[in-house]
Amino acid sequence: MYEKDGEKYFVVDSHSHFWDASRENWREGREEFAKGWIDCFYGYHQLGPPETHWDYEKYLKVTPEDFERDMFEEGHVDVAIFQSTYLKEWYTNGFNTADQNAAMLERLGDKVIVNGRFDPREGDAGIKQLEADVAKYGHKGIKLYTAEWNGDSRGYKLTDPECYRFFEAAQSLGIKNIHAHKGPTIWPLNKDAFSADDVDQAATDFQGLNFIIEHAGIPRIEDFCFMAVQEPNVYAGLSVVIGGLMHARPKFFAKVMGELLFWVGEDRMTFGGDYNIWTPKWQVEGFVDWQMPDDPSCSDYPKLTVDTKKKILGLNAAKLYDIPVPAELQIKTDADEAMAPGEQLVAGS
Amino acid sequence: MTAGLHGDVWAALGSVMDPELDEPITDLDFVETCTVSDEGVATVGLRLPTFFCAPNFSFLMVADAYDAVSQVPGITHAVVTLADHHASAEINGGVAAQSGFVASFEGEATDELDELREQFLQKAAMAGQDRVAQPLVDEGAGPEELAGMTLGQVPPSGDLTRLRERRAKIGLAADDDAPLLLHKDGSRVTSAQVPLHLRRARLTRMSIETNGEYCKSLLQTRYAATAP
Repeated sequence: MYEKDGEKYFVVDSHSHFWDASRENWREGREEFAKGWIDCFYGYHQLGPPETHWDYEKYLKVTPEDFERDMFEEGHVDVAIFQSTYLKEWYTNGFNTADQNAAMLERLGDKVIVNGRFDPREGDAGIKQLEADVAKYGHKGIKLYTAEWNGDSRGYKLTDPECYRFFEAAQSLGIKNIHAHKGPTIWPLNKDAFSADDVDQAATDFQGLNFIIEHAGIPRIEDFCFMAVQEPNVYAGLSVVIGGLMHARPKFFAKVMGELLFWVGEDRMTFGGDYNIWTPKWQVEGFVDWQMPDDPSCSDYPKLTVDTKKKILGLNAAKLYDIPVPAELQIKTDADEAMAPGEQLVAGS
Repeated sequence: MTAGLHGDVWAALGSVMDPELDEPITDLDFVETCTVSDEGVATVGLRLPTFFCAPNFSFLMVADAYDAVSQVPGITHAVVTLADHHASAEINGGVAAQSGFVASFEGEATDELDELREQFLQKAAMAGQDRVAQPLVDEGAGPEELAGMTLGQVPPSGDLTRLRERRAKIGLAADDDAPLLLHKDGSRVTSAQVPLHLRRARLTRMSIETNGEYCKSLLQTRYAATAP
């Protein structure tokens, strides 16, 4: 819980990790990719305020003590949702597996929720694994990284028939939330790797699932917005949006927030601090202090109310995940309700 | 002579765009090295913001740079390479052999990149409508007026030239009689559609520019140690 100026904010960090990018975990013969991946993250890390930068060695692998302190003691987070990303092609024991994340369950109990993952290319064995994972960890959410390498494959689409099989299985296992993130190496390479077309179709076909599109579809935020405005079960995950822009590119942060508030709306935006790309402390404090600038280029965008910030920082995600919120911190949000798109935003397309 | 040639090569590189960001690779600081030998051999080293930048866009930039530099009068041979990228070997090998994208990524690509390039030019043409129309809106132009306006009626500006160039490349009307506001398919925007159309144009521009900001930030971070 974070308190500022007499207002109390219940904070759900809906996109966090506990990864192992240590050299010992770089897969033999794939060291270049393992290093390239974490170096890429380290580049993002440095878009935060300088006083929050870590040295590279610490960044590769933090301890459970680091995690607990950075998230809960100093970071104001009430509940953190782990997003599992395996990347076993590059990291021997996986980059950030459900098992690694679940080690935190014993330590931190209800403060953490471990999301699972699946990979439609794993077929029947993958479905069995998903069933076992759900039985073990009670997953309510799944993280999908559609650009994950798997053998010769460079990725998959949410609309692949195999993926639909997994969605059906996930739904019948009680999973409600799909966090999707796209990366740049999906097959075939001549297509736009970040295209949001498949999210559109999958969200229409699986109305019982919520699709939280991490990083709000960046670098295809316009495609994401045009799609989200028509799909009541699509959400904008603000991971990387706040961390990557609020400090480094404040003018663009304002524009991105303005557009998301217009096209997607404050009930369908969720905070994600992306630990340990960044720590949540500066993001939570900075966002509570942040306001849409008076600059003429932002004059069409709404000012943020305290309620807007409360919803985005925690209450929307709490509703998606049925996380109990103390009554004095609760306000109404329309997250997880079927919301009709605004017709005025779709007409004339 | 080499000094003059170097300037010509640099100017040629300035015509090469990042297809996604719609900005010249020279402005984006993607050109790490550029030398011309006494024999007229141009050697160009490119770099990108991350190890995992999309290989399709990366290939386009390296191939376009090769073509642009090769065509400079006085250049006898061009060597263009991309460093520090997960597909450096495929891209550099493919461009040097002029074997095209599909052959360079055998089994991973089904077509050359023309369609992808066109898709991003369409986005650039959309974004350009915001760049040109926004100042007019600020001066009080309403939907009726904007829907009826032609490119010839817009005061000349760099943004207008840029919009015309992007449109011309994808076969959209770009002459003086062409409407300022056009849908993707080339049809006119009606006055009733103007407000939403302009919101879409602005969002598209914001997206391209935000991607550019990310890339510039990450490039600065990645190559901070070697920055001038």
